[in-house]
Amino acid sequence: MFAGVLHQIMSGIATGGIYASVALALVMIYQATHHVNFAQGEMATFSTYITLTFINAGFPYWVALGTAVVLSFIVGVAIERVLMRPLANAPVLASVGVFIGLLLIVNSLSGWFFDYTIKQFPTPFPDHPMLGGYLSGHELGSTAVTLIVLISVYIFFRFTRLGLAMRAAAFNPVSSRLVGVRVGWMLALGWGLAAAIGAIAGAMVAPVVFLDPNMMAGILLYAFAGALLGGIDNPLGAVIGGFMVGVIENLGGAYLVGTELKLTLALVIIVTVLTIKPTGLMGRKVFSRV
Amino acid sequence: MRISWLVPILALVAVIVPVAEFTDYHLFQLTMVVVYAIAILGLSLLIGFNGQISLGHGAFYAIGAYTTAILMTTWNMPYWLTLPVSALVCAGFGFLIGLPALRLGGLYLALTTFALAVAIPQILKYKAIDEWTGGVQGLVIDKPDAPFGLPLSPDQWLYIFTAFVASILYLVAWNVVRGRVGRAMMAIRDHSMAAEAMGINLPIVKTSAFAISAMYTGLAGSLGAIAVQFVAPDSFQVFVSVFLFVGLVVGGVSSIGGTLIGAAFIEFIPNFADKLSKAAPSAVYGVILIAVMFLMPMGAGGFLYAMWRKMTHRRGAETAGTQAKAAE
Repeated sequence: MFAGVLHQIMSGIATGGIYASVALALVMIYQATHHVNFAQGEMATFSTYITLTFINAGFPYWVALGTAVVLSFIVGVAIERVLMRPLANAPVLASVGVFIGLLLIVNSLSGWFFDYTIKQFPTPFPDHPMLGGYLSGHELGSTAVTLIVLISVYIFFRFTRLGLAMRAAAFNPVSSRLVGVRVGWMLALGWGLAAAIGAIAGAMVAPVVFLDPNMMAGILLYAFAGALLGGIDNPLGAVIGGFMVGVIENLGGAYLVGTELKLTLALVIIVTVLTIKPTGLMGRKVFSRV
Repeated sequence: MRISWLVPILALVAVIVPVAEFTDYHLFQLTMVVVYAIAILGLSLLIGFNGQISLGHGAFYAIGAYTTAILMTTWNMPYWLTLPVSALVCAGFGFLIGLPALRLGGLYLALTTFALAVAIPQILKYKAIDEWTGGVQGLVIDKPDAPFGLPLSPDQWLYIFTAFVASILYLVAWNVVRGRVGRAMMAIRDHSMAAEAMGINLPIVKTSAFAISAMYTGLAGSLGAIAVQFVAPDSFQVFVSVFLFVGLVVGGVSSIGGTLIGAAFIEFIPNFADKLSKAAPSAVYGVILIAVMFLMPMGAGGFLYAMWRKMTHRRGAETAGTQAKAAE
C-alpha cells in the first residue's frame, strides 16, 4: 500500500513537472498582459509536431527539439506583435475571442498538416525503471528537463538585465517606458518565451499521452488549475501549484475518483480555489482604484 | 421608423415557405439553425447583456439534451412535456454555476466555464450514471409524428414545433431585455459598482441571468436532441461551446436578431468548408472570429442595425428638410 502511494506520488511529480512548465508559460503571459492564453496548449501541440517532423527528417533528438523551440519562440513573438498588440486596451471579450480564434486555427492547422491519427513520439531517455523501480527513465528524464527549464527561467529573470527589464515592464509599464525599457518588445519576448517553454513541455509529455491535435487540451486545464492554485501572478507559486496538481491528479485518479473523472478533478480544483482563495496559495491580492 | 409589425409576418413567412417548399433534409438543417439560434440567444443574454463571459454553454446544451432523452426513453414522456422539465433542470444548474461565478471576474469565469465544457463529456460517460445516460453509446430517441393527424412529415412538424417554441422564447427575451431586469443586467455589464450603488441587487440579478441563459441553451439542447434523435457524450465535446461562442460573436454579442445570423453561420459554414478538408471548418471559424473581433466588434447583427439606423436617420432628415422648405 505504502509503496503504491509512493509510486503514485513520484509519477505525480513527473507529470506535475509538465503542468508546472505550462503553468509557468501561462503565468508569464498573464503577468505581462493580464491575458490568459487559451491557445497555449494548441501552440505547444503544434510545436511538438514540428519537433517530430525534424526527428523524422533524420535530425538528432536534441537538435530537432532545439530548432522547434527556436521556431516556436519566433512564432510566439510574431503572434504578439501582429494579433495581440492592437488589443492591448480592448475589453476582455475581445481578447477571449481572439484567443479562441487562435485556438481553433492552430488546432485545425495541426490536423491539416499532420493528420488526426494518434502518433507515437520518441523519448531520448533510457527505457528502464529507475530509482528502485518507482520511476520510468522517461519520467525521471522529463522531470530533470523541466527542472532545468524552471531553474534557467528563474536565473534569467533574477540575474540578467533583460530579465529585470521584463519584470519591470510587467510590473509598471509606464515607469519602465520612462526609464528606457522597450515595453512592447518585452511583452513580445514574454510571448516568445512562453511558446518556447510550451514546445519543451509538449515534447516531454508526448511520449506519455501520444501525439494528436487535441493532446494538450487536458494538460492546459491542469496547468490552469496549477497556476490558480499557486497564484496566477506568481511564477514560483505556479510551478509549485503545477507539481501539486500533478500529485493530486495521480492520487485522486488512483484512489478517489478513478481515471474517467480525472478532468473533472481539474474543474473541481479550479472552482474550489477560485471560490475559497481566489488569490491562490502565493498570489497577491489585487486592489483596484475606483 | 417602426418595423415591429413586420416581425411576426416575417416569422410566419419563414415558417410557411420552407414547410411548403423545402425537402426534409433542408428542413432539418433549418430546424438546427433555429435550435442553435436559441442556444446563442441564451449565451447572448449572459455575455452580451450581462457581461459574464461563458465558454461552457455546451454543458447546458448537453444537460438539456440528456434531460429530454432520458425522460423520453426511461419514462416514456411525450417530447413536448420534456421541455418544461428540461427548462427547470437547466435553470437550476445555471443558478448553481452562477453562484461561484459571482466571485469570478471576466477572464476567470471564462476559464472556469471552459473547464466545465472540457469536463462535461467525461461526466456524461461516468459509470455510476450510465443506467440513465447510456454511457459511451448514448441514447436513441424517436422522432415525433405530427399530432391530430395533420398531413405533415415528422421533419415538417418538428420545424413548425421548434419555430413555435423559438418565437415564444424570442418574445420573452425581447421583453426581458427591454424591461426592468434587462436594464439592471446591462447596468451591471457597463459598470457593476455604479449599478450596485443605484440599488440593483447584484447577486440576484447575476445569478438569475445565469439561470435564464442556461435555461435557453438547455431548451435548445432538448429541441436539438429531438431533431437529431440521438445523444452521446462525444457529440458534446468542448467544441460545442466554442462554436456557440463563435456564432454569438459573429452575430453580435448584444444583438437579439443577430443570433439568427450567427446560428446560420455555424450551421452552414461547415457544410461549405468541409469540402476543402476535415480541418477547414474550425480554421474558417478561427479566422472569421479574429476578423470580426478586429473589423466588426458589434458582429453582423450590430453592423446591420447600425446601417439601418443610418438609412432611416438620413431619410428622416430628408423629410424634415423638405417639410422645412415647404413651410418657407
